[in-house]
Amino acid sequence: MNRHRRTFLQGAASAGLVATAIAAGLLKPGQVLADWNAAGFGATKTADALAAIGGSGAAESKDITIKAPDIAENGAVVPVEVVTTLANVESISILGEKNANPLVAFYALTDFDGTLATRMRMGQTANVRAVVKAGGKVYTAAKEVKVTVGGCGG
Amino acid sequence: MAIAMRVRAGSGEIKVLMTHPSENGLRKDAKSGQLIPAHFVKNVVVAVNGKTVMDGQWGGGISKDPYLAFKVKGMKVGDKVTVSAEDNTGDKGSVEATAS
Repeated sequence: MNRHRRTFLQGAASAGLVATAIAAGLLKPGQVLADWNAAGFGATKTADALAAIGGSGAAESKDITIKAPDIAENGAVVPVEVVTTLANVESISILGEKNANPLVAFYALTDFDGTLATRMRMGQTANVRAVVKAGGKVYTAAKEVKVTVGGCGG
Repeated sequence: MAIAMRVRAGSGEIKVLMTHPSENGLRKDAKSGQLIPAHFVKNVVVAVNGKTVMDGQWGGGISKDPYLAFKVKGMKVGDKVTVSAEDNTGDKGSVEATAS
């Protein structure tokens, strides 16, 4: 059993989303990983989420800047902006390292011009991590955000 | 139920704002103490003049009323920007705007 399959199964078991989606006829088996990265979004550890998006071993990069508040009073809405000077960006992923499910968003990009912003939930004080695939290589950067009131439940 | 959303495009930037609970399935209802079922947007696709510039996947970690903004190279005034989204219950939405 290879690592991806193991991660996928663990993720599916914890979230139950895949089985539900297949049962509901929304997703056909075999399309799941291509359409929505169930292994990544279902992962409960950052390392597993990174593996599922091909971000393991990403090089720390100064060409990625994460703009987010130093202190977020409300973890339910944390504005995050990823700015990068890397050329030929293929994808950007955003993770909250201590969230129940660390992977928050994955964006495959074409003609990307360096800036992407979104709003995410954070359960507790943690690193917000961005993983950028550019020119066939994977880079990463992180910024700590202190969370006063968590926004993930639990 | 369709996913309601707005899109604005101009000066090389596309901004999308949706109306959606984005429940991650981990929060409890304050009154009943029951878990609120997961209900979040899974896929969001943005195209300029029919060419996909973003194929996004979201988890329940995206905030309520999801917001997304990003810059695209080579966008011109008059370009047609389309955004479509689908959530984990199969609800869909799409919207079109002209870049200004």
